[in-house]
Amino acid sequence: MTTPTAGEVEVKDTGYEQLIGAEHTNASLTAKIGDIVLKQPSPKQWFVALGFALMGLSALLVSIAWLFYRGVGVWGLNIPVAWGFAIINFVWWIGIGHAGTLISAILLLMRQRWRTSINRLAETMTLFAVMCAGMFPLLHLGRPWVFYWLFPYPNALGMWPQFRSPLVWDVFAVSTYFTVSLVFWYVGLIPDLASLRDRAKKKIVQMAMGVLALGWRGSAAHWYRYESAYLLLAGLSTPLVVSVHSIVSFDFSISILPGWHTTIFPPYFVAGAVYSGFAMVLTIVIPLRAWYKLKDLITIDHLDWMARITLVTGLIVFYGYLTEIFYAWYSGNVFESFMMKNRMTGPYNMFYWALIFCNGLAPQILWWRKARRNLVVLFIMSLIVNIGMWLERFIIVVTSLHADFMPSSWDMYTPTIWDILLYIGTIGFFLLGMVAFVRLLPTIPIAEMKHLLHEKLHHKKAHKEAEA
Amino acid sequence: MEWAISRRRLLSRVTSSALAFAISSAAGVMRLSAAETKTGFDPGEPPPPDADVLLRMQYELRKALQKPVDQRKWVMVIDLRKCVGCHACTIGCVVENKLPPGVVYRPVIEEEFGTYPNVGRRFIPRPCMQCQNPPCVPVCPVNATWKRPDGVIIIDYEKCIGCRYCITACPYNARTFDFGEYFTDGTPHRAPYEEAPSFEYGKKWYRKNEDSPIGNARKCHFCLHRVEKGQLPMCATTCIGRATYFGDANDPDSLVSELIAKPNVMRLKEELGTDPHVYYLT
Repeated sequence: MTTPTAGEVEVKDTGYEQLIGAEHTNASLTAKIGDIVLKQPSPKQWFVALGFALMGLSALLVSIAWLFYRGVGVWGLNIPVAWGFAIINFVWWIGIGHAGTLISAILLLMRQRWRTSINRLAETMTLFAVMCAGMFPLLHLGRPWVFYWLFPYPNALGMWPQFRSPLVWDVFAVSTYFTVSLVFWYVGLIPDLASLRDRAKKKIVQMAMGVLALGWRGSAAHWYRYESAYLLLAGLSTPLVVSVHSIVSFDFSISILPGWHTTIFPPYFVAGAVYSGFAMVLTIVIPLRAWYKLKDLITIDHLDWMARITLVTGLIVFYGYLTEIFYAWYSGNVFESFMMKNRMTGPYNMFYWALIFCNGLAPQILWWRKARRNLVVLFIMSLIVNIGMWLERFIIVVTSLHADFMPSSWDMYTPTIWDILLYIGTIGFFLLGMVAFVRLLPTIPIAEMKHLLHEKLHHKKAHKEAEA
Repeated sequence: MEWAISRRRLLSRVTSSALAFAISSAAGVMRLSAAETKTGFDPGEPPPPDADVLLRMQYELRKALQKPVDQRKWVMVIDLRKCVGCHACTIGCVVENKLPPGVVYRPVIEEEFGTYPNVGRRFIPRPCMQCQNPPCVPVCPVNATWKRPDGVIIIDYEKCIGCRYCITACPYNARTFDFGEYFTDGTPHRAPYEEAPSFEYGKKWYRKNEDSPIGNARKCHFCLHRVEKGQLPMCATTCIGRATYFGDANDPDSLVSELIAKPNVMRLKEELGTDPHVYYLT
């Protein structure tokens, strides 16, 4: 959200043609994005997605009800593997949530204009992914009704959190992350809500959008405050991108378990989070831009740039895997080297090699421009990355726990139907959130796109003048 | 230099301060465990040298209970040469603490070693190691587990929210989780003994209606509820081979102090730096 200055326009950077494909005017942009919500009937794919989302949601409700009735014993947990799907899925979802803030905050501060058309979508994805993530640590408690004891609040129970435990940091990290993401998302929405309010024909929509727009009139003072608040929030969220997943990685690295007790975890987790987040954005954006005919706003170059970030972070993640192998050998620690051997040749070796394929080998295809610009390849690739990052968390949680220091306690972990249903349920919940968002709110930030359009036209004019 | 006070005065001061010390230390004991002083643990006469080691350990335990809690250091010594692998300690523990399926405080690990024909078997009872540097304690998000001054790591069932972080953190797998299962699940009738209360930590814990300890982490606590009543832990009492010793390592004359001074002492995974309070004689 930078206001263009004369100096900036001269700078030759990413071509504006790549950012806004077709010839647009302010009016056509508003109409195109706003009408998805206000006029345009939903495409039939939307109803299909809604159907799947509702099915997932019922799976979620049923599995939570059964879980609350019978307790965590309905899951496939046993004693060496006391953390299973719940923690795997928690880390997976929270990782997915990272792309939103990276796109909206860090790319904003870095003045990457291509963030504009995907940031709203990525932020919404973050919100629902963090909600899904936040569900798991609470559901996985043996006594979930006392989850609030994790918060430091004055009470007469003699309860106070143990601040040395990373689980408490998780509570703060995730709740802060959610709050800041929500505020950031909402602040960004305000001018667009006002646009929708003004365009809406139905009274109820006008009322709803009007209330949500908080009386936005688009005055200079409004814009000035909006821009300051937005920049400030971007600054606030930037450290969160790094801190949240670092803290999640501490859950593991604080323990002395082989495979968990490594210093590489924080950077490797953060890179993995961004990697999986971008993959999820791709998974959502590719069908969405086809169904809603948004190819002029979310161009092939946007997908290309996202694919590049996926490649870079994928390489960091793969480097992390190689470092783990190196240190398993270099540490000279029998448990560490056994852990690695067990991952590669033990009972879960299929998962390990699938992981190496998904996160190590498959992303290398993104070196090729042709692959990055091929929708089918990119979509399949994004699914592979999503699966790969889930496998990574499975490998970390399960292989380290199932065979640790005491061979006498080794055991295998097999998820039950309730583990799987709950996981599918959260995917359904996430999908429902996205489906509702696309229908109810502007998927692409209208105001920011208009800024971009303004820059584009200005740039064109300056270019013509220079030529003349 | 002249004494400023008379001898009588001095004597009375000495006796009164000694009395005050005795009272305050007794009060200290009382504060920590009111039950101890109520029943009184007169250790009595030391048993004759040829008496059963259980009698000696019980005498030493009661002697240790005379001291304030922070001056005791409960340790367990397990003589692997005497262990015959009968698992009586495991069962004794299960009965004493009314443990449900999946919750075992003191399994006996069986290990085969060597290559044919030079093979052997050994049995390693594995209670909680009650580490001096317990990895399970700092990870608890709600301060539900901690190390007592006498070195025993305990869990406050009422505080524990069941996140199982301590279970993953323990390198000895000494912690288990109470999933709320019963041995008679799937049978027409739940046996009444399955709902009998356990007396862990000196309280009554009924396992029904999702009440604690269901949904909690559970572990060996050296039978603190017995120890504080002047009784040895159940596993030590049950051991048919007298392979398990229990006592106060801060008492230089105790049996356990004698044993851990021996050259053939080892502890599990010492390289992890947990400093366990369970010693093995090999």
